[in-house]
Parts: sequence; structure tokens; C-alpha cells
Amino acid sequence: MSLSLDEVRHIAKLARLELAGGELEATQAKLNGIFGLIEEMQAVNTDGVEPMSHPQELAQRLRADKVSETDRRAAFQAIAPQTEAGLYLVPQVIE
Amino acid sequence: MIDSSLKEIAAALRAKTVSAVELATDSLARIDAGNATINAFITVDRDGALAAARAADARLAAGSAGPLTGIPMAHKDVFCTEGVLTTCGSKMLSNFVSPYDAHVVTLLKAAGAVMVGKTNMDEFAMGSSNENSHFGPVRNPWNTDCVPGGSSGGSAAAVAARMVPMATGTDTGGSIRQPAALCGITGIKPTYGTVSRYGMIAYASSLDQGGAFARTAEDCALMLSAMSGHDPRDSTSLERDAEDYTRDLAQPLAGLRIGLPTEFFAEGMSDDVRAAVEAALAEYRKLGAVTVEVSLPNARLAIPAYYVIAPAEASSNLSRFDGVRYGHRAAEYGDLNDMYCKSRAQGFGAEVKLRILTGTYVLSHGYYDAYYIKAQKLRRLIAQDFAAAFEKCDVIAGPTSPTVAFGIGEKSSDPVQMYLSDIYTIAVNLAGLPGLAHPAGFGAGGLPVGLQLIGNYFGEARLLGVAHQFQQSTDWHARKPAV
Repeated sequence: MSLSLDEVRHIAKLARLELAGGELEATQAKLNGIFGLIEEMQAVNTDGVEPMSHPQELAQRLRADKVSETDRRAAFQAIAPQTEAGLYLVPQVIE
Repeated sequence: MIDSSLKEIAAALRAKTVSAVELATDSLARIDAGNATINAFITVDRDGALAAARAADARLAAGSAGPLTGIPMAHKDVFCTEGVLTTCGSKMLSNFVSPYDAHVVTLLKAAGAVMVGKTNMDEFAMGSSNENSHFGPVRNPWNTDCVPGGSSGGSAAAVAARMVPMATGTDTGGSIRQPAALCGITGIKPTYGTVSRYGMIAYASSLDQGGAFARTAEDCALMLSAMSGHDPRDSTSLERDAEDYTRDLAQPLAGLRIGLPTEFFAEGMSDDVRAAVEAALAEYRKLGAVTVEVSLPNARLAIPAYYVIAPAEASSNLSRFDGVRYGHRAAEYGDLNDMYCKSRAQGFGAEVKLRILTGTYVLSHGYYDAYYIKAQKLRRLIAQDFAAAFEKCDVIAGPTSPTVAFGIGEKSSDPVQMYLSDIYTIAVNLAGLPGLAHPAGFGAGGLPVGLQLIGNYFGEARLLGVAHQFQQSTDWHARKPAV
């Protein structure tokens, strides 16, 4: 398998990563190296094998539906790039 | 005193031959002297350390001290520390002062351990050499032209250089065991779910596990006992009581069955590492253990499976860094999407971007089953291999890394070469088993070799006991670098 430059551009767009023109070819070459390594796993027959996500096969725990956190908005917003009147500011999205 | 065992330090604190403030001051002086060369620390918290040391001295005076009270330590910069810069080795978080403590940080604070600073690491714990840090590479105290291993390279180097007697780390594919081996110290990654991931900045959540670095297995046992236990804030934390990991330290090795995986002793291991590993196994046999051959036929698939699962989870986890709530935001941008793309392009380093892109691709429409699900099936096959092996043995032993520490810059241009350096450690994370690395001699260039011990689920106490018995009859763990 090998990724085209267009595919690399498309993945970068999905990942919200700007890739400068010069970075594109180098990234393509490295990704193709990595996928060369990954493709080794396709040779193995895994028919009937259950996928494993957690070694102890945990079920998700539920907690009681009650407030457990305190209001720490000021502390959390103190480290935000841009806030105003308790709101996070981003460029205008709706005209 | 920093070079003594944790038990000796604790005894000296109780005998008042040293105070916690004196220990913290000594640790800070050692960091001041060595960090310009080693670059093990990103942040040194002088005032916080001295305040914590004074509080520890008060506890010691009041008779309410525990085994770690007053002992200096360092946290890998992946752990959130309230009021202290927490960078994860990234430009993205180079201005992030955490508003809360990780669970591990809370537990070690409660134990009275004195944090002197935050250690350098590969950005977002992605790397095997510590060359991927925004804050520059960490240098191996045994040879400063060499890497310390990664991703917890700063913690390993700080303990090896005797700046602190213990440090935390995290291990997603070998990031505690490999740097412990390359720096000549002891490190343990417990069973997945033992140490809470709350406040531990996520890389690959189904594999990430916190653990301990110290000079010896006994010290690691004391530290791990203070770090473990159920935490409801981590949905994958196991509902088990905290354990005393020192309980098996005195257990003799007579009759211990050590499994040697054929696949780990095939080609790939360098001759110097092989010689040290064989000598360590001979020592184990002298102590009464027997070695048996076992097989992990799917172990070779661990690297491809890992480089699907870990990047997939990373691409999802790292989507939170969008320049809105915390972290880096580009100075100039057009619309919202442009702000995301530029902030992330500027905030993340090259290796992190590669893994996000790999993960985005394998999770994208039409590829999920072929990659992520396929890798999770291999994960089960690997776990089944270990289960079969543990029917024939009590612990598994082998190399930690195929070579001793390599040169800075030697592998950094080819990600695949770098990924292959984790061939012996990754399968353990995929299976979720505990693993430990301990000093086992020296190889080429006088650089340390680490033996890896792998235990069955919840076998940490036994693993630490096995390594402790080895350390009672060898002195590799007592050797220290000249730096």
C-alpha cells in the first residue's frame, strides 16, 4: 500500500493539521514507511478471533446522577487563550 | 544520602541525622549541577519542594510520617501538577499550568514525598529516545552522546544521575522499561488498570500505564505501593484494593520457573546484550531458579498492531488540543478551521503529527475494520500466547532492548528503525501485563544492559521480589555513572 500526495493532504485536512508544501513529500515518505510495517499484520488469519480492547474485559461503571464537581470556571479559563465574560472566544462561525 | 535506599533515607529521617529540607536542598543542588548537561528536567519547583519538605519535617516530628515522607522525587511531565507547569514535552502545552493534580500526584503528595520538579520526555510520550521533546533531548548520564531511551527518558536519567532517588514514568509501549534499561536503573510498569490515568495526559488510553523508577526493585516496590489503587475517576481503573508490593521481597527463588521466549532469543539481539542477558540468567539459575523454553509466536506482530492501535487512540485523544480552552493558539489565523489547523501545526512536533496522521487514516471511513479491529484481534492472539506461556512458567525473562543506548541522532530520521527498538516491550502493553527492567551488566561502550521480567496479571509483587533477590547477590544496580 502507498498513500498518494492527495491522500496525505486529505488526512491532514481531517486531522486539522496544516502541512506546509515542503512538509508534504517528507510526510508521505514517512507514512508509507510506517504503513509498510503495519501491512505485515494483514498476512495473519484472524477469522473468529474476538477483538480485545481491555485485558480485564471491564464493563463500563455507572455513577450516581448527582453533582460531584465544584464550579472552577475561573481557574479553567485563566489558562485559555482568549475568554470574555466567562466565554471562550473563537473566530465568528455564523454570519 | 540521595544515593541510599529509600528505607535507609526513611530511617535517617526518623533518626534525625538528616531532614527533609536538607534532602530537598541536596536534590536541587544536584539538579543545578547536572541538568545543563543531562537536560532531565523541564521544570524545577524549588519553592514548592522546600515547602513540601518543611511540611514533611513537621509530619516526621509529629510521628505521622509514612515510608516515603520527606523523600525527594520527580514526576514525568505527563502528570498534571496543580499550579506547576505541565508541558508533556510539547510546545502545545508549553504555557499550561495545570489547574488540578493527577491522581498519582495526589497520592504521592499525601504520602509526603517531596516533588522537586517535572522531567523531560518525548512529546506526548511518543518516542523511544527522548529526542522528540520540544525542550531538547535528554542525554544519557553514562555517555552524554547517547540517548537515555524514551519516552520517560528524563525520569530515568534523573534517577541514574542520582538527582532524585525515585521518579514516576508512564509506559505505553516500553516507555518505563526501555529507559530504565538504557540508564542502568530499575523500572516497573504494573498490570494495566493498576495505576490511575486521571490527570495523566493521554496518548493511547487502552495501553497507557503509570509506574515507577528507582535504583532498586525494593525502592520501586515502596513507590508503587503508594501510587496504586482504585480511582473512580479513571473508567479503566481496576476495582482492587491498594497492595503492599514489598510483600514478596524476601521470597527465595528456589524452584522459580523462568520462561525464555524462543522468539526473544532469536536474531535481532546484539551480541553484547545477549552476553549480559545470558549471564543474568546464569545468576538466576545459581539462585535456584530453573529456566524453561516458552513460545510467543505472535510477538512479532506486536509492533504492527501497536502502530495501529496507539496512533488511532492518539489521533482521537489529541483532538482536544484545538487552541480554544488551553494550550497553544496560533497568533494569526483566518476562520475557525484555519485557527485549528495552524494552532495544531505549530503546537505539535513532527513525530506527533505523523502518529496523528497514521491514526486518522486507520480510523477513517472504510479502513476501521481493516486496521483497528484487525489490530485488536492480533492483540488477543498476543495475550493468548502469554496465557499459554504462563502455564509453563512463573515469570518470563528476556532482553528489554535489542541494543544498549544508541547515539543521539542515530535513528531519529527513520521512524520505522526507531519503532523496532521496542520489539521486546510492546507485546506486554498489548496484553496488559506487568513488566519490569533491572540492571544486568554492561555492554558495548560500558553502557548498561537491562533484563526484562514479565509477570502474569497482578504479578507485580512477585516480579519485584524476583528482581530484589537478584539484586541481593549482584551489584549492577549499585553502579553509577561518573557524570
